[in-house]
Amino acid sequence: MAVLFLGGRSTFSYLWYRRLLAAGLCLFVVLTALSGCGAYEHAVLGRGEDREPGPGQTVEAAETIENKGSDTLVNLALAWAERYMELYPDVRISVTGGGSGTGIAALINGTVDIANASRQMKPEEIEAAEANGVSPVEFVVARDAIAVVVHPSNPVDTLTFQQIADIYTGKTTNWQEVGGEDRPIVLLSRESNSGTYVYFLENVVRLGEGDSNVLFSPGTLLMPSSEGITSEVSQNPNAIGYDGLGYVTHEQKVIAVASNADGPFVFPAVETVNDGTYPISRPLYMYTAGDPSGQIATYLTWVRGDGQALVSELGFVPLQ
Amino acid sequence: MTDHHALTDGKFRWAEFVIEAVIRVLGFSAIGFVMLIFIFLLREGMPTFLEVGPANLFGTRWYPTFDLFGTVPLILGSLLVTVTAIAMALPMGVATAVFVREVAPNWAREILKPMIEVLAGIPSVVLGFFGMTIVAPFVRERLGTPTGLTAFTGALILAYMSLPTIISVAEDALDAVPKSYRDGARAMGATEWQTIWRVVVPAARSGVVTAVMLGLGRAIGETMAVMLVTGNAARMPVTLNSLLRPARTMTATVAAEMGEVAQGSVHYHVLFGIGLILFLLTFIINLTAAVTIFQKRRRGGLR
Repeated sequence: MAVLFLGGRSTFSYLWYRRLLAAGLCLFVVLTALSGCGAYEHAVLGRGEDREPGPGQTVEAAETIENKGSDTLVNLALAWAERYMELYPDVRISVTGGGSGTGIAALINGTVDIANASRQMKPEEIEAAEANGVSPVEFVVARDAIAVVVHPSNPVDTLTFQQIADIYTGKTTNWQEVGGEDRPIVLLSRESNSGTYVYFLENVVRLGEGDSNVLFSPGTLLMPSSEGITSEVSQNPNAIGYDGLGYVTHEQKVIAVASNADGPFVFPAVETVNDGTYPISRPLYMYTAGDPSGQIATYLTWVRGDGQALVSELGFVPLQ
Repeated sequence: MTDHHALTDGKFRWAEFVIEAVIRVLGFSAIGFVMLIFIFLLREGMPTFLEVGPANLFGTRWYPTFDLFGTVPLILGSLLVTVTAIAMALPMGVATAVFVREVAPNWAREILKPMIEVLAGIPSVVLGFFGMTIVAPFVRERLGTPTGLTAFTGALILAYMSLPTIISVAEDALDAVPKSYRDGARAMGATEWQTIWRVVVPAARSGVVTAVMLGLGRAIGETMAVMLVTGNAARMPVTLNSLLRPARTMTATVAAEMGEVAQGSVHYHVLFGIGLILFLLTFIINLTAAVTIFQKRRRGGLR
């Protein structure tokens, strides 16, 4: 509406349109550059495509596996795909992120071969899939420890589940109450539909009690990325956050946690996840549409076998 | 019309005919796309109002994973951040426009104008990172807030982002004030200051209002920077210190949650419902701006 009215006025509108045009051109250039980047990534990942078919191979043998989903898993999935394509050049694997929900939605719609997820599929998602003629099959591909982190200057070293729950529900609002300095507590969390959020809420904040309906305090800062949590925890002495072990940097202090008041307090690590002593760890999943066959089955077998060697390099915990 | 142009000199000019047709199609398609977007938004967003009861939808708790879809904290969060941003940007923007147009010498104007336009081109994600790593710690240390990720930090960044729009449009409005007004004022013995504040700025008033409205439209729709610096806590901003506490805006909510939502679910529809609310708000803002211009034109003369 405003634009229509502006159109009737000479100098004003001319200048303004010229600016809009300039802005549009800038946008166009930026978008072109961005799409160029996207194309580049694709080209790098898809290097199997341009290879000459070797002796005994036909072009038809080159198969593309579409792999999409969880942002927690995306780096690991990329590493797997790259290594696998080095080993088997006639297979192309294209990996994209977007979130567990996105990957599962794509699996339901039949546009991907493998969906990555940092949580299990919800019953309604399985229903939707079956209504669409897809029966999802679940594979555990790695494990992930969720670390509770604070600012390096924070004197608090250990927390029990009960203390963490009280902090995240807003009952405990000062670090003094859990043995720290006289500072307000700033709660950091991942976004509410991240698989990490749901896991942490159900298993830590709700203390694993299925019938509990407590929620994160409304004052909880929901950070759009792991980077957001890292950045805030590393510069704010009031902050407490949680994130996948793979995302923890040395600018954050990791808290040892205990599932009950008597301890023991355990730090997250590959060993403590594998021997079951670290209480906040979860499986990471890949889903296929129906029982996998052909290249997809071979790939999943490799991921769950030899591919596990890559898992700890990326900060995740390999399957035993 | 087409024939008239294309048949000048009695010859049918194909090139002109084709170019005119292409331009016409492009022009109408713009209208068509806007309509299609609106229809799409309505189709995806309307189910919200059937699926979620009004008590839930206009409640105060936003926990979409647990079917609590209270949009009030989000609407208030957006308004708090936007209004604060405009309250900061308006005086600065108008003052800058006055300086550039009325006070600055020619050489300074030639430098300032392109600089201001470059300011408009900084991607919002860059400003967001700047806000997160520089402004937020500054706010936390200087204002003593528990975290630097607050509604105020968001408002600062938004004010900065809407400044170029406000300055450019306000400056155009000042530019359009006839020279005779300034001459008349000076002939009456008015000082420079009196000429500017009593004659030129009031004469350009409606243009300045348009500038603010466009700035407001830009601010309320801004997503990326706000998502990075406001902390995204869906708390009700009803206490006095709310400006210095985290807030969650409608745009940040849609951007953060759309990626992970199952298509066709209630949550998905609610996110489009929020889009619809946002669309209505910006529509009202644009309409107000349009009406202001319309009234001024009816009054005649002044731009």
